[in-house]
Amino acid sequence: MAVVTRGFGGRRPEPEHQIPPGQFVVQDFPVLSAGPTPNVDESRWELTVRTETGEGTTWTWDQLMELPAEDVVTDIHCVTHWTKLGMTWRGVPVDALLADVETSADFVMARSYGGYTTNLPLQDLLDGQAWVAFEVEGEPLEPVHGGPARLLVPHLYFWKSAKWLRGLDLMTSEDLGFWEQNGYHAYGDPWLEQRYA
Amino acid sequence: MSWHVATVVGTRSVTPTARALTLAVPGFAAALPGQHVDLRLTAPDGYQATRAYSLSDTGQDERVDVVVDEVPDGEVSPYLTRVARPGDQLEVRGPLGGYFVWHEDDPAPVLLVAGGSGVVPFLAMLRARRAAGRRTPFRLVCSVRTPDDAIERAEVDSPDPGLDVHWVFTRAAPPGWPAPPRRLTTDDLVTPGFGPDDGTAVFVCGPTGFVEAATGLLTGLGHPPGRVRTERFGGA
Repeated sequence: MAVVTRGFGGRRPEPEHQIPPGQFVVQDFPVLSAGPTPNVDESRWELTVRTETGEGTTWTWDQLMELPAEDVVTDIHCVTHWTKLGMTWRGVPVDALLADVETSADFVMARSYGGYTTNLPLQDLLDGQAWVAFEVEGEPLEPVHGGPARLLVPHLYFWKSAKWLRGLDLMTSEDLGFWEQNGYHAYGDPWLEQRYA
Repeated sequence: MSWHVATVVGTRSVTPTARALTLAVPGFAAALPGQHVDLRLTAPDGYQATRAYSLSDTGQDERVDVVVDEVPDGEVSPYLTRVARPGDQLEVRGPLGGYFVWHEDDPAPVLLVAGGSGVVPFLAMLRARRAAGRRTPFRLVCSVRTPDDAIERAEVDSPDPGLDVHWVFTRAAPPGWPAPPRRLTTDDLVTPGFGPDDGTAVFVCGPTGFVEAATGLLTGLGHPPGRVRTERFGGA
């Protein structure tokens, strides 16, 4: 067992609500970004899904809004140790964007306005596990939190939920994204504490 | 990446709310300036709490220096700023983060913009620059509420060839200070030799609201977003 830190009692997380190891519950909504916040107006926002053969399908903001959206209530876990419980998001399931896409790829690179990237297995974006989210707690998503739209993949650490989403590139092999090249884990399961490479 | 047992070997108050701690950490490899560590505390019954802290000094194996500013009602920071004393043990994992880092062989001019305790990773950069005998042009802009909130001001202000330091006081300025208390403005960020056309590497660290405001000013001045690296703390 670990050393005991003399004089440290700590505050216990609320019982009955399990959170991943090494996390603590916050009430506010912390912001972590590697650079400046890009301001992307909805009028020029686009999202492109590109297959491994280079074929692209693009949605404008209005086209995204025409797709069926879902409300998602979920906990969010950040690799910097904070967890925010019971957040309410609204977004379009990634399944809807990939429904008509022909691919044999197993991996995806999510790309953001501003240049951020993050890699995910394709299967982690399917079957109601991931959304293109544009509202949180009933309000439009602010730019500082990734608005107008961000990826939402709540079962992985939050750096996988790319802010300012502009593209999903399907890949036949696993390339690493921005933080994954800078010391963070390629997959990022919070329950297995996959923080660092 | 594994946890290392750390022993507190020194503590020193640096402001009314912040304390510098030095830990002896066998097995910890030297870090790069700008990197951070995870600190883990364990209560007698096994309960653990982990937080990330920027390193305030780097370059030495088996030693970890941090400056911790107390978060009101925090779980970990009040222990580190008030209770921890030499001989106490905790655990350290790191060094972490490969992006918000200054490499001493990079000749590009460096503009550092700090809000409050956001100066901590920049202390590591200044100390690494000095230790390496580099003359890389550095400009440090520090925004603090009052003179009492300035972390390591005497060290930061001590003469260092090629280093230019500029303070901004937002609530109360020192007696005789040439400017009234005010928030950071574009004028604070414009300096010959540290503009977008000089290939400047920009680092911004502080509370979220401060970083958002500062990066807005910097990109407005034409600094390419890809040359502006940020580290934020707190919510929005």
